[in-house]
Order: sequence, then structure tokens, then C-alpha cells
Amino acid sequence: MTSLVSNFDEFMDGLWKQNPIFVMVLGMCPTLAVTVSAINSISMGLATTFVLVASCLLVSLLRHAIPKEVRIASYIVIIATFVTVVDYAIQAISLELYEALGAYIKLIVANCILLGRAEAHAAKTPPVAASLNACGMGLGFTLGLLAIGAVREIFGSGMLFGVSLFGPHFQPWVIMVLPPGGFFVLAGWLILFAAIKARNSSQLSSGERALEGGKS
Amino acid sequence: MSRDPEITSSTDMIRALGLIAAICGIIIVGVYEFTLDAVNANKKIALERQVFKVFPHAKTVDAFDALPGGISPAGDHDALAGAVRFYAAYDATGKLAGIAAEGSSAGYADQVRVLYAWDPEKQLIIGLGVISMRETPGIGDKILVDRDFLHNFVALDVSLAADLNSLAHMVKTVKHGTKSHDWEIDAISGATVTSKAVGRGINQSAQALLPRLMPHLAQLRNKS
Repeated sequence: MTSLVSNFDEFMDGLWKQNPIFVMVLGMCPTLAVTVSAINSISMGLATTFVLVASCLLVSLLRHAIPKEVRIASYIVIIATFVTVVDYAIQAISLELYEALGAYIKLIVANCILLGRAEAHAAKTPPVAASLNACGMGLGFTLGLLAIGAVREIFGSGMLFGVSLFGPHFQPWVIMVLPPGGFFVLAGWLILFAAIKARNSSQLSSGERALEGGKS
Repeated sequence: MSRDPEITSSTDMIRALGLIAAICGIIIVGVYEFTLDAVNANKKIALERQVFKVFPHAKTVDAFDALPGGISPAGDHDALAGAVRFYAAYDATGKLAGIAAEGSSAGYADQVRVLYAWDPEKQLIIGLGVISMRETPGIGDKILVDRDFLHNFVALDVSLAADLNSLAHMVKTVKHGTKSHDWEIDAISGATVTSKAVGRGINQSAQALLPRLMPHLAQLRNKS
């Protein structure tokens, strides 16, 4: 039972408490670059999730065989391998998607979430927990990208998942699909999350004060 | 003098790295082999779609490489160094409908890759399609839809000079509204950088391809 609970915690960690985009603010390069549409965001998120889960699993399985002196080189080779796998897989699935995501598929290699997870978590954790944590982180990343991509697509093209929302008279807000739009939308979400956090902590502290008041 | 047990021996490090390299090598090569057919099929479909867009009457497409000494059918691999890849489009009867080739040049954001349709009889470019670009939405990407701009490619003069070694006139993008010759491209107002990239890409590609292609055109007249 305890292990089930702890496994669930491992999974939920990245999804919410330590969301890579909104809490840890990691992996900003693809976050800003590919989130011009919801479908690009989901594809990028799932590609990253796959690399994250596969590389964390392999790192975790090999954790006793990798000497610490050569660990960074080993992790990078493992991550690069799965990025290559994803690169070929996307080319085989859809060339249009491959063109849309462009160099950012290859740049998953340099996404700090991956090396960060391998080094800080998978290298010290058994395979099941490591993969669950990586899966949660990956899905948290996907969710973050989707939150940004959906807003940018709705305002920037008047569509969501390619379906027109506002009819032919909608004047697209072009800046949203340009690089500055990425920064604006990301900032908007970060403000929202910071506000929720601030409200929660102020509620918590007022609750504590009430509790202390009750005691005295 | 015994070594500190905490220090890993060189053999261990090399063994670990060797093991990882072997595992990763097998994974990469395995996936490459597994996806190769699907990737090639996808590339072929994507390209045929582009060629059919510029030659709506074409039924089949064959890829060739133009080398300094002649032309040869292209294999599955990318064009060899020094070769120019082009596509011969054939109609339902197997007769040559036209030649399509790619022109590519740096635009505002990234490479602008276009596919132009060349009519060998008239020595004119008779159509233009975009393979890929990342130009600014609403500005640079107008090259896809701007009617006046696309009108440049209904009959763009790319005839060869008398010595057959280069184009008689360089294909050039000129400022919006100043086009005065058939080999000039009238830029889109406000999207000059992208318009120029299209012109440059076509010029470079046509200068390299057409002088090589012209002497061997008879080879391509009918589908082999």
C-alpha cells in the first residue's frame, strides 16, 4: 500500500507540484518555440515524454553499472539515442509534423529536464519509480505546452486543433503566433500560478493564525 | 601504495561506456532500419504532392540527378554532392509534362524552399509551390497566396544564353511595382526579404540545373 502511494506521488510530482514549466520553469526553448498550435504542443510534449521515460528507465536500470566519473557522458549518450529514435519515428509517422517541429525535436537532447531527471532522480531510484516520475514530468511538460499552445492558437489563428472557432470574420492576433506571443502567454500562466500559490499560502497562514488564536 | 577503493579503475569506466555505446548503437540502428521504408515512402508522397500541385495534369513523377556530365535517375538517397535533384512529371500517356526543381535561399526567419515548374518547350517557369518556410504569418507567408506575386510565375523567362552555360538573364526580384522584364519578379510590398529569397533560390537553382539539363532533354521526353 505504501509503495502504491509513493508511486502515485512520484507520478503526480511532475504533473502538478513540480511541474517542469510552471513551477520549475525548465525547458523554455521548446516551450516558447513550438507552442504556436495545440497539436504541435502535444506532439512535442509526447516526444519529450517518451525520451524522458525511456532514458530514465535505462539510466535507472544501469545505475549500478555507470561509474560516477563518466555518468554525464553516459546520460547524454542515452538521451541522444532516444531522441534519435523519436526523430525517426516522427519522420515515419508524418513528415508534415516533422517539418512543423523542425530542429526542436533534435534539441530535446539539450532540454535540461532530461539531464536533470536522469541525474537528480533516475540515477538514485529503482526503475518503476524512476519511470513513473519521468512519465509524470513528461505529462506535466505536455500539459504546460498545451496550455500555452492552445491560447496562442486560439488568439493567433482563431482555431483550436485546426478547427476554426470564430468564423471567417475573425481577425487573427498575429503577434500570438510570433515569438513575443510565446513570452506573453507564458508570463500570463506564470502570473496565474503565482497568484494561486500566494492565495493558498495566505489562506494557510491565516488558518494557522486562527488555530493559534484558538489555542491561546 | 594501495589505490583508494573509492576511485573507479579506468577499465571499469571504459567498460561502462562501451556497454552503453553498444546498447545505444543497437537501439539506433534497429529503429533506423525499422522506420526506413516508411520514411522514404512518406518523403516520396510529400514530394509527389508538391509536384502535382505545380503540374496539375501530371500523373507520375520520377526523380533525377543532374550531374556535370549528364543526368541519371535518382536513387533513394539524397542528391550527391555537386548534383542537382530535379523531378520529371509525366502525363497519363507517359509524355513529359514538365520539370520541377527546388530552389532554396535564406528568408526572414529560415530557409525558404520553393518548387518551381519549368516548361522545357517554352523555357519558362510556369508555376510555383512552397515546400517549407517559417516566414512571418500575415507578411512573408503571403508568397503562398498573394495573387499578384504568384502571377510572376505564370511565364517567368529563364531561357539560356547563346553559349548554353548560364541563363540569358539572371532571375531577379525587383521592388514592388517596378517589374519591366519577363525575368524579373515583382516583390510583395512589405515582404521584400521573403520575395527576394524566392528569386534568389530560383536563380541559383536554375543557373545550376538548366545548362546541365538542356543537352539531355531528349532522354526525358517519354517515361522510361
